[in-house]
Amino acid sequence: MERYRVVFSGSGGQGVITASIILAEAAVLYEGLNAVQSQSYGPEARGGATRSDVIVSDRDIRFPKVNQPNVLICLTQEAYNKFATTIRPGGLLLTDSHFVKPARKVDARQVELGMYKEVMDRIGKSVVFNICVLGAMLGLVPIVKTDSILKVIETKIPTAFLDMNKKALEMGFRLADASLFKQSVLP
Amino acid sequence: MGDHLIFVQGNEACVEAALYAGLGFFAGYPITPSTEIAELLSLRLPQRGGKFIQMEDEIASMCAIIGASLTGLKSMTATSGPGFSLKQEAIGYAIMTEVPCVVVSVMRGGPSTGLPTKVSQGDVMQARWGTHGDHAVIALTASNHQDLFAITVEAFNLAETYRTPVILLFDEVIGHMREKLIVPEPGEIPLVQRLRTSVREGTDYHPYLPREDGRLPMSDFGGVHRYNVTGLMHDMWGFPTDNPQVAYGLMRHLFDKIEGHVTEIARMKEFFLDDAETVLISYGSAARSALHVVENRRARGERMGLLELQTLWPFPSGAVRERCNQAKFVVVVEMNMGQILLEVKKAVDDPERVFLANRIDGTFISPTDIRNILRVIQGKGV
Amino acid sequence: MAVMDYVRERFMPHIWCPGCGHGTIMNNLVRAIESLGLKKSEIVMVTGIGCSSRISGYLDFHTLHTIHGRALAFATGVKLARPELTLIVPMGDGDALAIGGNHFLHAARRNIDITAIIMNNSIYGMTGGQFSPLSGYGKTATTAPYGNIYESFDIVQLAKAAGASFVGRTTTYHVTSMMEMIEEAIRHKGFSVVEILTQCPTYFGRKNKVGDAVDMLNYYKDHTVPIGSDKKKENPALIERGVFVREERAEYCEEYEKTVKRAEKGG
Repeated sequence: MERYRVVFSGSGGQGVITASIILAEAAVLYEGLNAVQSQSYGPEARGGATRSDVIVSDRDIRFPKVNQPNVLICLTQEAYNKFATTIRPGGLLLTDSHFVKPARKVDARQVELGMYKEVMDRIGKSVVFNICVLGAMLGLVPIVKTDSILKVIETKIPTAFLDMNKKALEMGFRLADASLFKQSVLP
Repeated sequence: MGDHLIFVQGNEACVEAALYAGLGFFAGYPITPSTEIAELLSLRLPQRGGKFIQMEDEIASMCAIIGASLTGLKSMTATSGPGFSLKQEAIGYAIMTEVPCVVVSVMRGGPSTGLPTKVSQGDVMQARWGTHGDHAVIALTASNHQDLFAITVEAFNLAETYRTPVILLFDEVIGHMREKLIVPEPGEIPLVQRLRTSVREGTDYHPYLPREDGRLPMSDFGGVHRYNVTGLMHDMWGFPTDNPQVAYGLMRHLFDKIEGHVTEIARMKEFFLDDAETVLISYGSAARSALHVVENRRARGERMGLLELQTLWPFPSGAVRERCNQAKFVVVVEMNMGQILLEVKKAVDDPERVFLANRIDGTFISPTDIRNILRVIQGKGV
Repeated sequence: MAVMDYVRERFMPHIWCPGCGHGTIMNNLVRAIESLGLKKSEIVMVTGIGCSSRISGYLDFHTLHTIHGRALAFATGVKLARPELTLIVPMGDGDALAIGGNHFLHAARRNIDITAIIMNNSIYGMTGGQFSPLSGYGKTATTAPYGNIYESFDIVQLAKAAGASFVGRTTTYHVTSMMEMIEEAIRHKGFSVVEILTQCPTYFGRKNKVGDAVDMLNYYKDHTVPIGSDKKKENPALIERGVFVREERAEYCEEYEKTVKRAEKGG
């Protein structure tokens, strides 16, 4: 398989780190893959741009950090401004239209989705925004199956909130799907 | 029952391993980047009747585990940077009094408060010489969670075998990074249990008289044998003495029991060393980047290999010399100003061939950093 | 058991100077333990560094002679690991309240079942007569040749404020009450503090020209009064003796056992 180098970026409280851990854990526990996850700690992790790196591969992973992501997710303008230029040529850059106005052209497939708006309109709880983002990412790049993600979510959150998370995951997946359809019919 | 697959931080892997090894007592104090170890043990130890205590400071934590170990419990503390400095006097006490215990130090950047959340390997020499006076010490490290698990269990085993504190020198990248860990089944990794005296009540027990094999059977505090433990130079009963012959004997014993077993204590991993013209030597998280480079170069046919050290102290000089014999270049990859570099230079026949690829700014050393040094060394441009 | 059964006789004579009060404390400590009927193997004695700390070498218990100031931290490890053992921690005033001050406060806060005996001779004896946090304003020491400019701690008030559940004070002159107080302190469940004023004729006595050991003992006799005595109202400079705090409060190791029960049930 291709080696996925994913960077989740945004601000503290958006759940980017949780989303990244769920992705990596799903790959390791339910798909027999290797994955490493690491993040910046300390003052820079409080406010400002939060970042979490995930590498997924079917081979051993030695160097655990991501210098040039082939999947980059930016959920704030600050994160976008800081990391957009690091993307690997031909990679995927996913942003949320509520938080980010893409300013510059990068050599990547840029996908802008209204994930936050959709979550707030249809679920009304920003706490599952990160799961929606995860769903959208998997809709665009099938690194792992959404089923594997759901299995991880089941072990991490109380049953009462399961449905809400499932709904957010599917919502993201469908948003991505729709955008792919749009891309294919409107070149 | 299949093996237990989990996805965890290095600090969590250390906790799993300590519990596997039979940890009974932990004392600690919050400090980045090792705090997760204390947090997780405060949850897990009471579940199995073990003892967890958050002490008032780093010094007290080190002292408490020595006290607990004397009652027979396998004991551990965990710290980083400044906390490791604070513990040094009590580590020396554990060395002098031959009390088994495990001290985890998750290394972070800089002297003083430095870079609390950033990586470094700057405490290698402190682990060796941090406490005052001549002494020998055991310090181990690992570069991935599976090895970290095995090495942590090994630390408890060596602590019991040699009756000495064992230092686990991890680093921020390993401590915080998440990756997979297969927790071995009970019994898969052998455990060394405390060697207790067979001397019966009423018969004279000598807590500090080594057997022929150099080992000293212990007697738990609270048991039938009452004896003295002191940081002063002491005789075979544990009572203070300044007799030069006794002092010489104890100094030799403390030194020889470790430096005389370098081969038994040495743990290392070898990658593509057989015909290597360039040998990288690394340890801890830095070894991940070193291995990345070696694997890529090998794929292109370059004769490059890696010697990954897991035992840092006692330094396995003989093994290092032997592995470097045929090499044109030896490059030590570490995140400090060259602490293991000095040991490698001392060990090899031609120290002029030994170079350093390092990083000291809190940034994790990358394959590119190593490649840049290799380019210079191998004469392919500056 | 006879008193000498508790003593490691081969280490006699002890290293304490002629006239030093520490031997009197050791004597009464052993008598208190004998009177309590405790077995030698049930007792762990932990000491730090200084003249006081040598007491652990002389007594036939499980003895742990540790590093300066940290005796209570070691003792906390032993006690939590084996709560059924009786922990006795004799310390000097510098050992307990200068270098070991923080451990003293936190052991008291935890109310862990340890008996701390502070052998307060107002000086660092082992190192040759430097001032301690209990020397007192205006006193002379080898590091205070022009007179000490620090006020002293009040050990009783300090222990009380930090949360010790048994706090007493006596002197080497008042041997009968000393033995009884130590006995009660050991029997008490929780952190017990017994401050014992003990003479150091060699350093404190000579440096401050207060006479020999007998003069210093007479000073304790004349300048201390039982708690609540009328004399104290007339002369506030007099030092009170007796038990100041005697409370039943949650003890650390028992609370920890409750934590274990909660954890085993799954939170």
